[in-house]
Amino acid sequence: MNKLKRYLGIVWMLVGPASIAFGVQQALRELSASAATPPTQETYTFWIIILSIFVPIAAGISLMGYYAWKGDYDELG
Amino acid sequence: MTNTADAKQVAMSTEEKKTIRAVILASSVGTLIEWYDFYIFGALASIISTKFFPAINPTAAYLSVLATFAAGFVVRPFGALVFGRLGDLVGRKYTFLLTLVIMGGSTFAIGLVPDYATIGAAAPILVLFLRLLQGLALGGEYGGAATYVAEHSPAQHRGYYTSWIQTTATLGLFLALGVILFTRKSMGLEQFGEWGWRIPFIVSAFLIGVSIYIRLRMNESPLFRKIKSEGKASKNPLKDSFANRANLKMVLLALFGATMGQGVVWYTGQFYALSFIEKTCSIEFVQARNIILIALGVATPMFVFFGWLSDRIGRKAIMMLGMILAIVTYRPIYKAMYGLADLTLKKEIAAKATTFVKNEKAEGGDLTTIFATKVYTDGSRYKETTKVTQTNNPGQTIANPTVVKELTLGQQGFWLMVLLIGIQVLYVTMVYGPIAAFLVEIFPTRIRYSSMSLPYHIGNGIFGGLTPYIATRLTTHLSDPLAGLWWPIAVAGLCFVIGIIYLSNKVDSNVAD
Repeated sequence: MNKLKRYLGIVWMLVGPASIAFGVQQALRELSASAATPPTQETYTFWIIILSIFVPIAAGISLMGYYAWKGDYDELG
Repeated sequence: MTNTADAKQVAMSTEEKKTIRAVILASSVGTLIEWYDFYIFGALASIISTKFFPAINPTAAYLSVLATFAAGFVVRPFGALVFGRLGDLVGRKYTFLLTLVIMGGSTFAIGLVPDYATIGAAAPILVLFLRLLQGLALGGEYGGAATYVAEHSPAQHRGYYTSWIQTTATLGLFLALGVILFTRKSMGLEQFGEWGWRIPFIVSAFLIGVSIYIRLRMNESPLFRKIKSEGKASKNPLKDSFANRANLKMVLLALFGATMGQGVVWYTGQFYALSFIEKTCSIEFVQARNIILIALGVATPMFVFFGWLSDRIGRKAIMMLGMILAIVTYRPIYKAMYGLADLTLKKEIAAKATTFVKNEKAEGGDLTTIFATKVYTDGSRYKETTKVTQTNNPGQTIANPTVVKELTLGQQGFWLMVLLIGIQVLYVTMVYGPIAAFLVEIFPTRIRYSSMSLPYHIGNGIFGGLTPYIATRLTTHLSDPLAGLWWPIAVAGLCFVIGIIYLSNKVDSNVAD
């Protein structure tokens, strides 16, 4: 079980940057001038809120992954 | 640690039982009222949007309010930090008294703010500011109440006693919807829309007064008093909580392995469900709220049951079961809900259809209102009101007609809808009932308030609180009525995997560490 916890730590480390990249890509798609519907003030507000909240949270899951990889959660369970 | 807390059953004396009941009452009543204060804003979102936000178009106004609603949620983790720190420094009792005063004061003030038509842009700015204060106060309240009750509870009943705090969030919504429906019914729709919506906000002042009186009579938590008298209290709770790797790893695990999934399951079952039946299924205002009220009323005792059960079989087992059931069944449940309101699946009684047209003079032209009613064999009634304004000026374009759809379900459809939402509330009770005890047990007394408040409010305030907002957006963008469910399914799915692998199911009997 401890091995699984550690290897999954790598996955959590990758989930962080992957979700940031996904969020930024979605934001750029919706905010670009060529978007299907032109961006409104509400669209900008939405993405500013979402990115400023979820980027630190994504960094948090990467940090948890790092701790898992280092075996910090081995004693639990 | 013991495998389950029932290893050593210690009988409580009558005096101890009286004390714990008083502790639960003082904590629960205050927390319930805080939730009431917080929910009336969301429950009256559509009216508030017309009063405080410029009505360029109804959707923009509604989204503005949802954004304000989100601001109320996003700010909660900051409240958790501010008041969590205070609670670990000066004590639980005074901190959650302060949050109560801030919450009550801001709710009362929202009820008094003049509308946009009277004071212009100052109105939405004031409302936003007060909403942020509400979010801050709520961020400090829950951790204090849960910690206070847990630190008074015997180990073998901790899940059971803290589960009473867990009922407050649902009962607060119950109370908010009840007061709104009662006020609306007693004064009529027009008066309520005009000024009556302010009453539920103003009533809060009385409720808060009662709660402050009860809480002032309580003593400080015995565990906190002990560490304080021994000089073991933390000097810098935020540093000890979040800059200390041994504790930070538990904060992260609590967030990603428990509260994140619990938050989305909770907000989907109680809030997105209401938004879905009202906006997507067009269920009539009062009937939609009646459905939610009955489902909540029937399922609420299960919070206490699952709290009690968690003392016997462990917290993790119940929370994870609730999460996986939600993940697997959300789509079939919402598909069935959508089907209950799908007019194409119903058989119309053509002889009972009516159409009534009313013409009247309006500002800038003639207003034509078309009232169309259809009746179906299952007892459902569908009402569509279309308003078209014909301008007097030939050069001016005719504004798009506004269409209001209202579906009142027949008896069978109504009860099936109650059942489908009741199942979702049952999942809420599974993930939420044991969580206070779970969070209390993984952090030490000296930094418990700060450490448990942050993951709780990120999980619930951000992941959960933004659920109706993100789900509505997904539904609009993907043009699929069920697309909004991908948010709670994905978040709960990730949380389930982390929780099942990393969390322990053991009940920590010692919280005095």
